[in-house]
Amino acid sequence: MAAIKLTTPLTDEDIMGLKAGDSVFISGEIYTARDAAHKKLYELIEKNQQLPLDLQGKIFYYVGPAPAKPGQVVGSAGPTTSGRMDAYTPAMLAQGLKACIGKGSRDEATKKALQEYKAVYLAATGGAGALLAKKIKSIEPVAYEELGPEAIQRMVVEDFPATVINDAYGNDLYEEGRKKYSRK
Amino acid sequence: MRELDVTVVTDAIAEMCKESNYFLGQDVVDALKNALEKEVSPAGKEVLRQLLENARIAREEEVPMCQDTGFAVVFLEIGQDLHLSGGDLTEAVNEGVRRGYTEGYLRKSIVKDPLDRVNTKDNTPVVIHTEIVPGDKLKIVLAPKGGGSENMSIVRMLKPADGYQGIVDFVVDHVEKAGPNPCPPIVVGVGIGGTFEKVALLAKKALLRRLGQPNANPYYAKMEEAILSRINELGIGPQGFGGRMTALAVHIETYPTHIASLPVAVNINCHASRHVERIL
Repeated sequence: MAAIKLTTPLTDEDIMGLKAGDSVFISGEIYTARDAAHKKLYELIEKNQQLPLDLQGKIFYYVGPAPAKPGQVVGSAGPTTSGRMDAYTPAMLAQGLKACIGKGSRDEATKKALQEYKAVYLAATGGAGALLAKKIKSIEPVAYEELGPEAIQRMVVEDFPATVINDAYGNDLYEEGRKKYSRK
Repeated sequence: MRELDVTVVTDAIAEMCKESNYFLGQDVVDALKNALEKEVSPAGKEVLRQLLENARIAREEEVPMCQDTGFAVVFLEIGQDLHLSGGDLTEAVNEGVRRGYTEGYLRKSIVKDPLDRVNTKDNTPVVIHTEIVPGDKLKIVLAPKGGGSENMSIVRMLKPADGYQGIVDFVVDHVEKAGPNPCPPIVVGVGIGGTFEKVALLAKKALLRRLGQPNANPYYAKMEEAILSRINELGIGPQGFGGRMTALAVHIETYPTHIASLPVAVNINCHASRHVERIL
């Protein structure tokens, strides 16, 4: 288990240097997208239309932040359950998306697509929204503002902590961790 | 007969929305510290440290612990000798949530129609469960419920022949399948008995108990222990990164049931186990 600093945009080389179980600290730009935004992007991809942002080398963060209090950059902003994005994720990876941050298991098709397109799935600590918000230095809308907490926003982050769950080699921390500590 | 103006209810609810989302209960803080001592996995320990640090930041800065500030679930125990005046009680509760979520910078997570999915923008309506009880007081419990953990809930109509072992296996298997999704370390609410709808409510009510306080019936207290120990042998660990501290507590609530039935429900809460209580 290593602690690795990552700077966006991510390259294939960055991805191939990551193994399930590694701790990473991300600096640079990440993009918020959850259920409704994924659905909209997916529909554009299906129709072969231009997306509101280029996904090449980018990181998606599955989050719907709480509103910012006066003086805050952003309200609490922890990850949401990733499985709901499974249906759309392979299509995003095909567009060049290199990583997504969420929490919880991915389906087989998504895990395979991570290998195929050289990408990783990362987890941030679910429930640690107040702590994670401190790592977000700025936020601005990119698309679908009408979706409220579900809009796509660009976040600039500094040393945002996450853990590699699924690497591009087919390893899965959720399975490995369970095997290691199970006493069934 | 005692009179209570419903605007008092609105004020209380608005405050409770903020309180429940900003301040992690002391029972949960203690349970997390205890889990940190017991956890053997380094990744699991790191998660528990982050959750304790997160709770400190939320408390000091009065911000929500989690961005998912939940569906506002409200339990009202209304004394039969209490007269609620000054307006519609349901609307008073909704107004409290509307105000609490807006003033408190809490996320609005409710969509008006389950398929249309347009946000109501004020976190209403509330889910209200009312009970008429003796006395002239009003007891309010507010339990904001996050979507990630709520999605990992289940009701199963077991056969009476499945018995004790059938229930334990069902609950443990279900938690195993839920894995990392409900944000472990989790609190597991189990309802046993009643009817289809009653058992789900029992499981939800089980989550309102002070963390780790055993069922008053020693038989079910032992069953809670047995299920907890099996869950913590699954290896899921904090956030599913591998470890021993998958659940902080298992709470069981029971109710008489039909001769043909053995309903069982599992309602999972994330570590925050948010709930606050007021008596007016």
